[in-house]
Amino acid sequence: MAIQAQPLTEGKPIRDLRRGPANFQTRRVRSNVMLGLVYVAVAATLIPLLAVLTWVFVQGLPALNVDFFTKLPGPADDPHQGVANSIVGTVQLLGIASLISVPLGVGAGIYIAEFGGSRYNTLLRFATDVLSGVPSITIGVFVYALVVLPMRSFSMLAGGIALALVMLPILIRTTEEMLRLVPGAVREAALALGAPMWKTIMRYALPAALPGIVTGGLLAMARAAGETAPLLFTALGNNQWNTGITQPVDALTLKVFFYAGQPYEIWRRESWGGAVVLTLMILITSILARLATRRRAGR
Amino acid sequence: MAVMSTPGRLPAQATGRGATGDPAFRRVALILATSVIIVVIAMLINMTWESRESLNQFGLGFLVGQVWDPVHLVFGALPFIYGTVITSLIALLLAGFVGLGTAIFLAEIAPGWIRTPLSFLVELLAAIPSVVYGVWGIFILGPFLKSNVVPGLKATLGGTPFFQGAFYGQSILTASLVLTIMVLPIVAAISRDVILTVPASQREAMIGLGATRWEVISRAVLPYARTGILGALILGLGRALGETMAVTMLIGNRGQITPSLLKAGDTLASVLANQFAEAQAGLQRSSLVELALILLVISLAVNAVARLLVARAGQAQGAGRI
Amino acid sequence: MHLTITRRTQLATLTGFTAAGLLLSACGGEAATTVPATTAPATAMTGGAMTPTTMTGGAMTPTVGAAPAPTNTAVKVGSGSVLINGAGATFPVPIYSKWFQQYSTTVNKEVAFNYQPIGSGGGINAITAKTVDFAGSDAALTNDQMSKAPGLIHIPTVAGAVVPAYNLKGVTAPLILDGATITGIFNGDISTWNDAKIAALNPGVTLPGGDIAVVHRSDGSGTTNIFTSYLSAVSPAWKTKVGAGTTVNWPVGLGGKGNPGVAGLVQQTEGSIGYVELAYAVQNKIAYAKMKNQAGQTVEATVDSTVAAANGITVPEDFRISIVNSADPAAWPIAGFTYLLVYKDMNNIKDEARAKALGDFLWWSEHDGENMAKDLLYARPAADLSKKIETELHSITFNGAPVITK
Repeated sequence: MAIQAQPLTEGKPIRDLRRGPANFQTRRVRSNVMLGLVYVAVAATLIPLLAVLTWVFVQGLPALNVDFFTKLPGPADDPHQGVANSIVGTVQLLGIASLISVPLGVGAGIYIAEFGGSRYNTLLRFATDVLSGVPSITIGVFVYALVVLPMRSFSMLAGGIALALVMLPILIRTTEEMLRLVPGAVREAALALGAPMWKTIMRYALPAALPGIVTGGLLAMARAAGETAPLLFTALGNNQWNTGITQPVDALTLKVFFYAGQPYEIWRRESWGGAVVLTLMILITSILARLATRRRAGR
Repeated sequence: MAVMSTPGRLPAQATGRGATGDPAFRRVALILATSVIIVVIAMLINMTWESRESLNQFGLGFLVGQVWDPVHLVFGALPFIYGTVITSLIALLLAGFVGLGTAIFLAEIAPGWIRTPLSFLVELLAAIPSVVYGVWGIFILGPFLKSNVVPGLKATLGGTPFFQGAFYGQSILTASLVLTIMVLPIVAAISRDVILTVPASQREAMIGLGATRWEVISRAVLPYARTGILGALILGLGRALGETMAVTMLIGNRGQITPSLLKAGDTLASVLANQFAEAQAGLQRSSLVELALILLVISLAVNAVARLLVARAGQAQGAGRI
Repeated sequence: MHLTITRRTQLATLTGFTAAGLLLSACGGEAATTVPATTAPATAMTGGAMTPTTMTGGAMTPTVGAAPAPTNTAVKVGSGSVLINGAGATFPVPIYSKWFQQYSTTVNKEVAFNYQPIGSGGGINAITAKTVDFAGSDAALTNDQMSKAPGLIHIPTVAGAVVPAYNLKGVTAPLILDGATITGIFNGDISTWNDAKIAALNPGVTLPGGDIAVVHRSDGSGTTNIFTSYLSAVSPAWKTKVGAGTTVNWPVGLGGKGNPGVAGLVQQTEGSIGYVELAYAVQNKIAYAKMKNQAGQTVEATVDSTVAAANGITVPEDFRISIVNSADPAAWPIAGFTYLLVYKDMNNIKDEARAKALGDFLWWSEHDGENMAKDLLYARPAADLSKKIETELHSITFNGAPVITK
């Protein structure tokens, strides 16, 4: 979907004030009403967020102790167990997924935004939209057929590939859109100074679009981190430490899935603990990335 | 191609020194981009191949069949198509309005010190795993709706066909609401970013004309950001259509076509999740893969329609590029 | 150079994540060897000893002593140890995980088990595709499934009970139901709790007048298979209209995912009834009904009545046994065996160490392991069945040589 940069001079008329009520009082009331609705929208966003977060933390924080982070899963009657291997497994899976999807996604986004002819671009965007609409479980099934069956084994590699496919469309779309929003002036200036195209893009256009791309990347990673279904068919899960990229691996989402609603208290608690840790991991990554790309003052 | 008239794009060739890297760079980018198409085509081929048995057996009747019986090997997808469409539409509608409102607040109204932490919070919604939403829905939202919301809904709107029947906590309504919450951060975050890039000049011009706050937003900012917001909505819809775990746990898993939101339903993705691991190769598995294929086609259709809308909007403004 | 600094920091942050992942992947194996002693080292999930308390549903007699508390034993997992992967049924997880733990700590410290409870059908699929070393399933393979997995054999491990769990305020004594009423409830013919048919079985109990909310499984499950097999056995109408299987076209009712899903729905929905494994009803303290079996006796779901269900059955060659609706007067009517599935020639196992270890484990589980069954509310195979299982185990080979030499 094209994000058009459409400045005033492009011939698109602003919906000027000749349309609508002339009476200033009416306009002001209308404005206040609409702004009130905006506040309602914000409340509608915050309330469920706080409700879910509070519940997750209240349920999950009691589970966090040293054992939780250092020990392996154990019997339901054993209070000294943990999900250490799941935490490591999540990081490993996301690492592999990012390694695959970030170059692919950003590269594809660059091509669409900077190089592609309009027909090919339509096709590319279409493919991206299709991919984003594929349910994650279908991706899991696809990677199962492609990687797990030939390898005769569930593996971290398969899980990483599945998550990469989940992340890809978001990365491509946001890279493309954010690059398009970078004003042409930036590129023109660079070119005028004699920079080659690749430098213009990589050193000037891309960094300008970077905060938005980072948002997209974080959303993609957050989504991948919270996925369970594709991992069921690819990574399988592992109650031991993962011993290599071709062996099954565990992830926090799998632990939450398998342990949630179990009749055993300790497992249920670990499930919430896993949810809390996962949420915190994403939050911290988000904060760090934001700090690193802090928008400079003003607009 | 005049650089000036198409901002945001490069000319076909740069001529500065160091431009020898350009063709290679372009080629690499092309390869990366094409691999996406290859993946999608591979997926389509794989899915069509895997569903050949049920395609042969049921043909188009699969789309209107309402019976799903693994024991007698009769399969039909209509109730699941209905469930997917209904839950996604409700979620998109609600998340669209709420998300856009939040984005406007974050981008236009919030003072700087609120904007960053609040943006974090909104993005945090996306960080919560979907299984957690599912269990939260079962233990908190469902009972809450049952005791506090549904009685009120039935009292006021009970006459309409949308709120008939007994409410058991797991229903189309519950699933749609949780889906809304899950789609919200995507719509809000991306819309916020898009709105933030609207140049100050747009706003200043409106203010200079004496516009009220809302008029500035609705007449100068939003139209400028319109295609970006549409993109955010499409991404959100993609998420809604494909969401599996949370919906599976909350929708009641009863494939039926009913206008009542209080009743249980089933979606294409949740049937897939529930049954795929168990289904051996054969008619059931093939039918399940066909469900996935249908889901894909729906997504394609939605995108095609969205593109048409954007194209039409673009043409009206005299810059019709998709 | 503000731009450069920002970009560098940015790239550093984002790739830090990726690098961490890579680093950890690279030394995933080595990290394991430095893991301090875990209480249940090289094991999969282990069920604890059940200590059910007396409750409104089936009045369980407290268990005979809890299982010994696991001890701290340092075990090196990593190079040198044997990892065996399995997947399948959720029903036997409590006892399988106990077995894995006991075996790894007391018999062979080099062996570690990884068993993932993805459901009976998932297990069957996985072993058919040979992506795991063994599978667990409550449902015996159909002929069609057998043809796709030639050489796969069933090894019955334990039997367990499926109970009708319900949520009825004000009814304290356990309900009594029979085949006809259960079938009527689950196909929608009996739709209110105070229906005459239910009242006839429960004289003196005041039944509320509300609707019955039926709950079943939404995912494919061995539990469903056992339950629907029972319904098919007692009702020819059910058999033709709905039939038995891991997934069926339920006439009425909501679907919950997994045993926990059904248990959760029942707990939260007044006037609901569903079917779950005995362990889930007990652990979640959900009331469950007594049943009138084929002999007309009212029985409660216990280990003993499950054992009785397995009495006097004719064991087919391939061990695909059905024990629902047993004629034994003390039998619980909705019971079933659960199996471990392995290939007779172990052609899916990648090395000899694993094959030997798996074979040894199977032998151990059928002998020492069965001693733990009762505490966890499972029934062990009777003596004659056990003998037949031993013969079957002896026939398992790897590369032509028998795996079990005991």
